[in-house]
Amino acid sequence: MTRGQRWREIRNFVMALAFLAPSLIVFVIFVFIPLVRSVELSFHFTNPLGQMRGDPTLDHYRTLLAKPDFLNSVRVSVMFAIYMVTFTLVGSLILALLGNFQLRGISIFRAIFSSTVAVSGATASLIFLFLYNPSIGVFNYLLDLTHLPRIKWLTDTSTALFSVSLVSVWLQLGLNTIILLAGMQDIPEELYEAARIDGAGFWQSLRNVTLPLLSPTIFFLIVVDTLAAFQAFTQFNVLTRGGPVQTTNTLVYSIFREFYFNGNYGYASALAVILMLIMLIFTILQFGVLERRVHYQ
Amino acid sequence: MKTRSNTGRTLRTILIYVLLIAVSVVVLFPLYYAVVVSLAADNDVSQYPPPLSPTGIHLENFPRALDMAPLPRYLLNSVIQSSLVTFSHLLLGSLAAYAFAFIPFRGKQFVFLVFLSTMMIPWEATLIPNYLTIGRLHWKDTFQGLAAPFLATAFGTFLLRQFFMSIPKDLQDAATIDGCGHLRFLSTIVMPLARPALGTLAVYSFLQTYNQYTWPLLITNKPEMRTVQIGLALLQDEERFMWNVVMAGVVIILIPTFTLFIAGNRQLIRGLTAGAVKG
Repeated sequence: MTRGQRWREIRNFVMALAFLAPSLIVFVIFVFIPLVRSVELSFHFTNPLGQMRGDPTLDHYRTLLAKPDFLNSVRVSVMFAIYMVTFTLVGSLILALLGNFQLRGISIFRAIFSSTVAVSGATASLIFLFLYNPSIGVFNYLLDLTHLPRIKWLTDTSTALFSVSLVSVWLQLGLNTIILLAGMQDIPEELYEAARIDGAGFWQSLRNVTLPLLSPTIFFLIVVDTLAAFQAFTQFNVLTRGGPVQTTNTLVYSIFREFYFNGNYGYASALAVILMLIMLIFTILQFGVLERRVHYQ
Repeated sequence: MKTRSNTGRTLRTILIYVLLIAVSVVVLFPLYYAVVVSLAADNDVSQYPPPLSPTGIHLENFPRALDMAPLPRYLLNSVIQSSLVTFSHLLLGSLAAYAFAFIPFRGKQFVFLVFLSTMMIPWEATLIPNYLTIGRLHWKDTFQGLAAPFLATAFGTFLLRQFFMSIPKDLQDAATIDGCGHLRFLSTIVMPLARPALGTLAVYSFLQTYNQYTWPLLITNKPEMRTVQIGLALLQDEERFMWNVVMAGVVIILIPTFTLFIAGNRQLIRGLTAGAVKG
């Protein structure tokens, strides 16, 4: 390497670093150091200001594993993720398939289907809080009209988690539909032509062309939606606050309660570390099990 | 034979339209209903059966909503927070994306992975230490406290990088020959060319920040520093709680995001999907 080359390489490196530094500084201060601190906190007791006291300890993890509340939270989080991912995926697939027909005015329908990306968790939760109202809400009114028994959506232990997940599904539909539609538009028209020549109808070309070619997009959405489900908070805080009888007390909600109301920084951090591990395991499992069925072009 | 297949096709088209409309009604219903309730009279929203279509146009619910909570102040706070974050995403994102797209340097792959890894780290894993940091800095109830943790964006950097890479290298060579430095090349040539991608990022970042709930809930306590989302959700604990007034509040705070969605819809969708699907 000549002197000039080496000098240029050093100059480029310094230059690149200068351009990257502002972002890197923010990431180090607000992502990487806090991540390490969370793990550290989970092995310590703290004073009310959150400063670590005493020697490292496994106590938080011991308490946590012995508590039925913790196992309940894990179960609730997992159930919520299953509800949310399944319904969001089915719902957005229907929306995207309908939005994919080449008809006049279809762009209006596509805009409607993707509109929930503009809605916040807080506003959606408030709207659904009224829809779910047991005595004057629209949902129970519709049940009355069809002579079905009324449901105490958010206050019945058997329906609360499902009811909250419905709000999340509605919120997530927008983004999912946008991404599915984009994936569908990438499928070459010739493949549909070929299927048609082979005598395939709508359902057959859906099964043999659309779904296989869409599988990378669907896989991407399963991973992203699962991660979003494990992190959901707003809906729970507005709609149920963990109740009734803990049936919506997800891991995220119990983290919030432990550190915000009870000041248990160490214990809450241990919960956060566990949550992160669960999310990591889920993602790895999805890549291991599901990705094998994904058809990449 | 031919007419039959034509009728078949027409029937099919009608059926698809019927389905499209039915599904649209379901998707839009919660929003439609929020508007209906926001326009209803007090006794219409406290009795059974609930109104399914407008029962009147009681626009006074809107001033009442503004009066029940300091919504204009909340809106201002949210707009300031979202603008700070958006501006920072455009600036920091462009700088970082430029380094990834135009400067060859050792360790680029690694630094890029470092950026992407921040997208995989859930917010709970950093929340408690960040909360403590902001407390220690005495930044609770301040705009710097609201914005600081979100000033950098891996997603935005990635989005802009993809766009910057499509700019011909010849342009850079020509600029270098003209003695144009990196910063000037970025600001006078690259950024103007990347206006669509910057627009997408601006809409996305603004929506994300404006709709934030958890972080502002944790670090603001003073009513004058609350943002709209928590300010609104707190209305449910109000004594004078009326559904029509609350829904008027919901409609008011949905207006900015929907305006943005309608204006930037196409660009947003194109940009987001380019990042998500092909990424």
